[in-house]
Amino acid sequence: MKIINCPINGPRPVSEFFYWGQMRVMPDPVASSDDEWADYVFNCNGAPGVKREWWCHTPSNTWFIIERDTEKDQIVRTYLYGEEE
Amino acid sequence: MSNNHRLPRLPGEWIDRAHSIEFEFEGKHFQGFAGDTISSALWASGQRVLGRSFKYHRPRGIFSLANHDVNGMMQWGQKLNVRADVTLLEMGMQLSAVNTFGGLNKDPAKVLNHLSRFLPVGFYYKAFHGKRLFPRWERVFRTLAGLGKVNLSTPRLLTPKDYAFCAVLIVGAGPSGLAAALAAADQGADVVIVDENAQAGGSGGYQIGGELAKREATEALLVRVIAHPRIRLLTGIYAAGYYTDHWIALVDDKKMTKLRAEAVVIAAGSFEQPAVFRNNDLPGVVLGSAAQRLIYRYAVRPMQRAVVLCANADGYRVALDLIVHGVMVAAIVDLRAHHQPCDAEVELAAKGVEMHTGTCIVEALPTPGCSGVAGARIAAFANGVADAATARDIPCDGIVMSVGWAPAANLLYQAGTHMRYDDLVEQFVPDALPPGVFACGRVNGVYDFKARLLDGERAGSAAAAHVGFGEKRSVSVPVELESSSFPWPIVAHPQGKNFVDFDEDLQLKDFENAVQEGFDNIELLKRFTTNGMGPSQGKHSNMNALRILARLVDKHPREVGTTTARPFFHPVPMALLAGRGFHPVRRTPMHLRHAAMGAYFMSAGDWQRPEYYARQHKDRLECIREEVDMVRHGVGIIDVGTLGKLEIIGPQAAEFLERVYVSRYANLKIGMTRYAVMCDETGVVVDDGVVARLAEDHFYFTTTTSGATAIYRELSRLNTQWQMACGIINHTGAFAAINLAGPQSRKVLARVTTLDLSAAAFPYLAIREGKVAGIPARLMRVGFVGEWGYEIHVPAEDGVALWDALVAAGSPFGIRPFGVEAQRLLRLEKGHVIIGQDTDGLTTPFEAGLGWAVKMDKPFFIGQRSLQIVDKQPQRQRLVGFRLDQAHGGPAPQECHLVIHDGAISGRITSIGWSHILCAYIGLAMVTPELAKPDQTFEIRITDGSLVVARVTPTPFYDPEQRQQKEEA
Repeated sequence: MKIINCPINGPRPVSEFFYWGQMRVMPDPVASSDDEWADYVFNCNGAPGVKREWWCHTPSNTWFIIERDTEKDQIVRTYLYGEEE
Repeated sequence: MSNNHRLPRLPGEWIDRAHSIEFEFEGKHFQGFAGDTISSALWASGQRVLGRSFKYHRPRGIFSLANHDVNGMMQWGQKLNVRADVTLLEMGMQLSAVNTFGGLNKDPAKVLNHLSRFLPVGFYYKAFHGKRLFPRWERVFRTLAGLGKVNLSTPRLLTPKDYAFCAVLIVGAGPSGLAAALAAADQGADVVIVDENAQAGGSGGYQIGGELAKREATEALLVRVIAHPRIRLLTGIYAAGYYTDHWIALVDDKKMTKLRAEAVVIAAGSFEQPAVFRNNDLPGVVLGSAAQRLIYRYAVRPMQRAVVLCANADGYRVALDLIVHGVMVAAIVDLRAHHQPCDAEVELAAKGVEMHTGTCIVEALPTPGCSGVAGARIAAFANGVADAATARDIPCDGIVMSVGWAPAANLLYQAGTHMRYDDLVEQFVPDALPPGVFACGRVNGVYDFKARLLDGERAGSAAAAHVGFGEKRSVSVPVELESSSFPWPIVAHPQGKNFVDFDEDLQLKDFENAVQEGFDNIELLKRFTTNGMGPSQGKHSNMNALRILARLVDKHPREVGTTTARPFFHPVPMALLAGRGFHPVRRTPMHLRHAAMGAYFMSAGDWQRPEYYARQHKDRLECIREEVDMVRHGVGIIDVGTLGKLEIIGPQAAEFLERVYVSRYANLKIGMTRYAVMCDETGVVVDDGVVARLAEDHFYFTTTTSGATAIYRELSRLNTQWQMACGIINHTGAFAAINLAGPQSRKVLARVTTLDLSAAAFPYLAIREGKVAGIPARLMRVGFVGEWGYEIHVPAEDGVALWDALVAAGSPFGIRPFGVEAQRLLRLEKGHVIIGQDTDGLTTPFEAGLGWAVKMDKPFFIGQRSLQIVDKQPQRQRLVGFRLDQAHGGPAPQECHLVIHDGAISGRITSIGWSHILCAYIGLAMVTPELAKPDQTFEIRITDGSLVVARVTPTPFYDPEQRQQKEEA
């Protein structure tokens, strides 16, 4: 079982975590065209590589970001949202 | 039976001669000692046939004595497929060999041995090609296949799971593993070392070969390991699988232990490999290491007169061990044409032992009845081919094979190690190890005893340093001087029966035929021949199969590669994998009250909720109808504590709610509530509830029961992302909630509260805080069921007291508890939507008839932009109310039945129920827009295929003017 390093609680087994999905920047709803919006809502990039993802440590309800190499199945780093140095 | 094959007492033997053990095998009486395995006790008693092979039912004896003797599996009562070669003897065992028909000796299925030419490779797959003969073949296979007989009345075994942690795990307690453990522990690491054998020491305890110093060195290591305060030595336990981040499944005879290590050293050693020649499966043909285990562990003389087939120094050492313990070595047959003589060989030559180089065994000659070895037919061997013209026979009663090894690298493969074929040692060795995984000893291609100790020290030190203990020591491990494995220990024979895989009875020609048929890739070859797919999982056949394939397709073994090694390393009994089911459920504080009142519980998400309350002499529907009637005409009480209960506080609390719900909350008055619908980014309805404003910057709100966890989690994420000035608190488990509903509800509540319940002071949709039965409570006048009612929220610990107080206060009015089913019908009569039942993963609020709640003119809410796009497109479907004709007498439609219009699917039923008060079936259906007009009729296809007519009806079906739940205007 994989170990994930929660920025608040330290290393914990993956069964304690909830995966939300890839972190994506929402386009301006007013300025974007219908097609641009639909692309944002429905099209996710599944190509293997380093992804920035939302994860939650569920017992403590701690949301944070994981940079994960989906090709190598390795966690590159974890940090709280907005605290990426 | 006499112990005629038992040797005089040996130092370090595993048997306890003071404790004799009586047992039965195939109905015959036997005797062994405590510490014996079943096989060693039988062999000591002269029993050579221990079982029959899977396919041809050929007699088989001891082969590896290392947990891979799959033809020597036994059944003991309810214990199936007991491995006789490693299972300790117990008093009173009554054993029988598996896979025989009518006993080991008679077994009429042995006729299959003579029919083998009609059972070609891939026979199984070919048999299933014709559909016509399938049923017959299936019967035949079901009779013949499978080992052991399941006793269906076996009681259920509950086995525990254990958890363990350590800094460095060492797999294998042989010389290199022990050296690794000491090196790691000396540097300060907490070490666990496991070994599948009953005693530690590995090959250091039995591969003596005239050098007792090796055993003494191993024993000295073991003494230090046992005495070391930071080392835990576990024997009789094997590492069954490697999982991500050094998570290892350890299995012993009672349980599975899930061990998390910070680093792992694999010192698992190697599996000795058989030579392939005709009749190499006869009882009496054994691996060299098996012969040594028999001698040094169990003090059993493997045979009287042996021919030793070898291709490495190990073979000569085995010959020395045999001679020392009274076995006459008739000849040593070395496959190699040239080699540097080792010390043992010089010693054997001095003893005058007959030796042949560049020679092979072509065939083991069977005794009459094929139950043992009568001799070995040897011949000159050059370029991998035997010269039949030079053949001659040497009488013997046993053949010992020592021609090579294959690394026990299964865990290394599972960990993702890249392995490479090393031409010097003729085996696969680790090339690139994953971080935190180390290998030493034979699995690492190191065979020399002293070199193994150094390799263990190197790996153990590196593992400790990886975890942060000490510095990695610089240890230089000498290079091997000779290969312990022979690249081609395989001899063809025109009459076959030269076995490559003993689990599945695969012969050399099976591989040749498979490659001819085009299965010339290692993965295809494996599946077509079933090589390595038996219980030993190819531990003694994969390497030879790979060598055969390499030669047949003219490739280097490195190019052929290996098949994928997956967990488990060794078959794990189902009883150890299965365990107690762990499905936790949530109960509300009033659970026991419901149970006492006869509640029939149902699952709602994680929760247990009363579906209805059973009454004597009344069936389910009657009970539900009475509960509904009580709410409509008197007063009912329902536990709604499973709803998600959240609170949001802060200057931007209202703004946050406006961004996550489709309605407006900035203008919600303090002390009032408003219905709330939540969409996702695609504009699909995902949840609903009620938002109540307690103060300018303070809201209390509910979610659906099943959505509570996910909604709280997602709101937390959004708040993390948006960084708004508000905080969200989850009270779901901390609050109990009760809905008191019905025309009499105000009178009941008035008996237990001093709050002003007048319509002016506490109007419809208001929220008030006050005391009910002395308990601080939040009360909301909401009407999911369509009657005058109060949803009362209190701290969870006060839930039972509130329930009791309300039931007592309501008893003069005949108050009754009602369950989820009654509530569903009550809300259906009001046309209220249940998210997730009347909507699905594509339903927008417009389609669900919730468009009135959507404030598209707000600056932003989740789903708004998508709804703008959806709104421009023609509507695909629409939720409508319908009713069946009151005269409808046949079976009623059910949820998910389809609406059929003009022969096409035009919708489905999402809710339906019999309304007692309306005297009709009413329901909700998601239909195409052309059917969604008032008074439109449509047809529903029910289970028996007939069509039932329904008529679109405006909702609410009951009390459309909302007179029941509101005060008179």
